[in-house]
Amino acid sequence: MTMLEVKNLSVSYLTDEQVQLNAVEDVSFRLEPGHSLGIVGESGCGKTTVILALMRLLPEAGRIVDGQVILQDRDLFRLSEAEMRKVRWGEIAMVFQGAMNSLNPVRTVECQIVEALLKHKQVGTKRQARKRTAELLGMVGIAPERGKQYPHQYSGGMRQRAIIAMALSCNPKVLIADEPTTALDVMIQAQITQLLKKLQQELNLTLILVTHDLGVVAELSDDVLVMYGGKVAEYATSDAIYNAAKHPYTRRLLKAFPDIDNLDADLVHIPGVPPRLDDLPIGCRFSPRCHLCRDDCKRSQPRLVEFEESHYIACHMFSRK
Amino acid sequence: MVDQPLLRVENLHRYFPVSHSIVRRLIGKQAKVVHAVDDVSFNLRIGEILALVGESGSGKTTVGMNILGLQVPTKGKVLFNGIDVAYWSQGRIGDSDCIDRNGLGMLSSRKQVLLLRRRAQMIFQDPYGSLDPRQRVFDIVAEPLDIHGLSLSESDREDRVREGLELCGLAPADHFWDRYPDGLSGGQRQRVVIAGALVLEPELLVADEPVSMLDVSIRAELLSLLLEIRNKRDIAILYTTHDLATAGYFSDRMAVMYLGRIVELGPTRQVLSCPRHPYTKALVSVSPAPNPRRQRGRVILSGEIPNPIDLPTGCRFHPRCPVARDDCRNTDPGFVQVTAEHQAACLFVQ
Repeated sequence: MTMLEVKNLSVSYLTDEQVQLNAVEDVSFRLEPGHSLGIVGESGCGKTTVILALMRLLPEAGRIVDGQVILQDRDLFRLSEAEMRKVRWGEIAMVFQGAMNSLNPVRTVECQIVEALLKHKQVGTKRQARKRTAELLGMVGIAPERGKQYPHQYSGGMRQRAIIAMALSCNPKVLIADEPTTALDVMIQAQITQLLKKLQQELNLTLILVTHDLGVVAELSDDVLVMYGGKVAEYATSDAIYNAAKHPYTRRLLKAFPDIDNLDADLVHIPGVPPRLDDLPIGCRFSPRCHLCRDDCKRSQPRLVEFEESHYIACHMFSRK
Repeated sequence: MVDQPLLRVENLHRYFPVSHSIVRRLIGKQAKVVHAVDDVSFNLRIGEILALVGESGSGKTTVGMNILGLQVPTKGKVLFNGIDVAYWSQGRIGDSDCIDRNGLGMLSSRKQVLLLRRRAQMIFQDPYGSLDPRQRVFDIVAEPLDIHGLSLSESDREDRVREGLELCGLAPADHFWDRYPDGLSGGQRQRVVIAGALVLEPELLVADEPVSMLDVSIRAELLSLLLEIRNKRDIAILYTTHDLATAGYFSDRMAVMYLGRIVELGPTRQVLSCPRHPYTKALVSVSPAPNPRRQRGRVILSGEIPNPIDLPTGCRFHPRCPVARDDCRNTDPGFVQVTAEHQAACLFVQ
């Protein structure tokens, strides 16, 4: 059975002037149990909005316009707020961007995990909670006795591990990590990537990784969803994305990523910036920056079509065929 | 004098004292120090890009600070055009020969600092924090000119700001200069920062992680811009980063730092294609490759850089080194010449 399926999700934000801005349009993807998906794209292309909508955690100005999110057999958008609260953390846990900097500085790490366990009624007593905390810390590679320390005594990498431990405390089925390695050193990035891989295998976690770092996605994800201007540009297996990308945006994004094994290849940047939500192009969202743009690209938006088996592309060049 | 490097760092040491309780001071306990930079030497030629690579806590930012005279070395010196930077920035007596030769002894210390700043500029990591939100782009870029008394007339000032902005890809300049930073994207902000550093036409630019806070697609753009500026103006750049891949694209030579020391130094391609120090090897192996088919044998070091107060004995990398042997615990390895330009500090460099 499919673990998580997002169908035709559209989200908009309402500005102070009551103008509706479409931040996410018609995004769909599905995840089998134990599989992993990477959502990539530049800042401002709607990656985080998709995730927040899925968790029903959009800020006040955000509206889910259309779509369904199906977790196993339940539509999350039809649950009551009380039921949804059980789903969050209990079934879908999330490591927020920069969460490692939001640990409470005046309480020990153990204390903060114990609090979460008791609140979510995972254990009955404080003693059990401490025992479980030690287990969780061990799982993410922190010596359990260091639970007695405060966040400032931890390095950045360790704080990120502690946050991951906290996310896992209620045995979730799905783990969502938003930019989990950004702002960490290379070696620590490698450690965290390795840890996520290990946890995914050991706990059979379904993993969603939101990032602009194509290196991390290459290592962790089975499938990749490339987003641009709030829409899906390309959706395929990770192997297809990295070795047979079709969409001009994906191809250029890959070319902009420095590859240490191939330093002679030119580093080509994508000119311009992603479109602003209040000024979206009429045609293909990428057309103003696309070097292959033709007339019809400026006039109409390409539909997402299945170009090859499980390889979806939204580009006029491929929908014509 | 032709061969003289633009910048010469000689046995640079920078220690920071750890604050000590009064009781410990009274019982005469020796004050501990953080060994942020511990005996670092290198040269930088005119127009050369040197990447200083290392994890947080390796001391690379401290090296940059000392080069710019923002800190005074505990030991050793930094010579910029043959003149001791510490003298320049602090009005401290340096090499008296140099002072007489350059006639700097006559100037007040504020003037001396300005002279150094004019020739050596910096770019910081965070383009969201380093621009005054209430200043227009024009004023941000023109401010250095005013401080250095270089803007003679209004039209001269405008020309210089225009040139600076357009050199940094913000063309046409009048399209941008009335805006405030919050109307600019991250990449554009960093371009303004670079323009502000370049209006003075410096010879040296210290760029401390200038792209690490930006999106991948913009990183490539800014690095190409810096390269282009180097080629046009022959500016030397000291590029501090933890990202080996961008350093690989961008630099001529590379120095890898670990715990306050340079452990490997050489031409960038050589260091990356055949790293000799086990730490460099590990760093190269974990650098993310944008391809799932090409996952290398990764050497993931456990733990993190030890604290720089109580340094490990012998080679400072031995506690994390995958190939450490007994000797490494006792002997602090010196540099071994691999080729004429490439050196590594490891006992087992072959």
